[in-house]
Amino acid sequence: MKIVVTGVGATTPLGGDARSTWKALLAGESGISTIDKEWVAQYELPVTFAGQAKVNAAEVLSPQEIKRLDPSSQFALIAAREAWADAGTPDVAPERLAVEYATGIGGVWTLLDAYDALKEKGPRRVLPMTIPMLMPNGPAAAIGMAIAARGGVRTAVSACASSTEAVANAIARLQSGEIDVVVAGGCEAGIHPLPLAAFAAMHALSKRNDNPAGASRPYDVNRDGFVMGEGAGALVLETEAHAKARGARIYAELVGGSVTSDAHHITAPDPEGTGAARAVVAALKQANAKPEDVVHINAHATSTPVGDIAEYTALLRVFGDHLGKIAVSATKSSTGHLLGGAGAIEAIFTVLALAERTAPPTINLENQDPAIPLDVVTSPRALPEGPILAISTSFGFGGHNAVIAFRSYEG
Amino acid sequence: MALSQSEVLAGLAEIVNDETGIAAEAVQLDKSFTDDLDIDSISMMTIVVNAEDKFGVKIPDEEVKNLVTVGDAVNFISNAQ
Repeated sequence: MKIVVTGVGATTPLGGDARSTWKALLAGESGISTIDKEWVAQYELPVTFAGQAKVNAAEVLSPQEIKRLDPSSQFALIAAREAWADAGTPDVAPERLAVEYATGIGGVWTLLDAYDALKEKGPRRVLPMTIPMLMPNGPAAAIGMAIAARGGVRTAVSACASSTEAVANAIARLQSGEIDVVVAGGCEAGIHPLPLAAFAAMHALSKRNDNPAGASRPYDVNRDGFVMGEGAGALVLETEAHAKARGARIYAELVGGSVTSDAHHITAPDPEGTGAARAVVAALKQANAKPEDVVHINAHATSTPVGDIAEYTALLRVFGDHLGKIAVSATKSSTGHLLGGAGAIEAIFTVLALAERTAPPTINLENQDPAIPLDVVTSPRALPEGPILAISTSFGFGGHNAVIAFRSYEG
Repeated sequence: MALSQSEVLAGLAEIVNDETGIAAEAVQLDKSFTDDLDIDSISMMTIVVNAEDKFGVKIPDEEVKNLVTVGDAVNFISNAQ
């Protein structure tokens, strides 16, 4: 059974929808800027910049939606509605429509605002909507209600691998024969002083406060950590038979998805990269493909000193000499790291790269780390004609590895 | 100074509109919060707390179940002022 991508939607630091995000990405823009909020100075945060959503959710949703949804769910709903419309608003039985939608942290703004209300005003001033707003399945549930999905609404939570895992999980649902269409993806809205302080405390974030746009620099010898981003991505996935029957436009084919775990360290990647490599191998096996078939990788590449090397080691383990022939894009250089939303927007970038035969650029690569001799795409690069394969990788704290594989759709 | 009934109604309608998006003109004395206005219990609690703040009254939780119509709420608030 073939599974195809028929709709994409996103709201990111580069744009308020998938198309403007893709256009800005190809133009080599940066979505990273100084955070213009009083709490940055109030808490003397060591990191003062992030990839903030380009379009404020309040400009898109109704006042009631803003009031009753955590910012993470607001982003999710915006992305899912766009993807659903982009897919042509599929006519599908609600029982055969499912949602696989992830987040890394969940409703952190809601939780911490509620705690402030409790401390300052007492329990009666804690909003009655607090629990449904903060629960990590909130974004998936909001999407499920918006599109009337009754075939199961699930949430993968595996830190920065979450939304790639969600897309991978959609495969089994569609292959079961019980489901025709899945809306998959993930979101994050964690640009709040506490997560910023906590990620900074573990020295995971870039401290390039004087140059936000140049801070996310995967593979550069002077990379010093990741840059927090926020937003969401959503993909409409469906069986090829269902898509064809309704005459849907098809972007690409989802041919593989795999999840493995390291059991090595709670935050550090396994330096040997064996778990990550197993995920790539399994995704390719499911795609019935050889490593030599891969022409493009949208890498996890967060711009941390150890993470970028560990991923390279894992990829080298799988691809060997062929790795030098693969066009690698590290799009977090432009978007920052959307944590639980990262895999979703990178899946969209991978799908659009195949559909438009163009690998997007990696910005800020001024002096490539000699220990990572990848063929990094630094300006939009044409991909070959004919059937081509691309993968997107995501890894998360907890030792989570998730890899998905897409093939160009040849009809 | 206590507000008139129509002033309480107007203030309450504003709170309901802000929480639910229901047009303020639809919030009339004879309307039931649940049956006519389709307001769920979670929204109702938020409306109650916001009404307490706006009108400077205390609406005990055990009293909320007795506020079936908008008129019930307006009367309770007017009497409590």
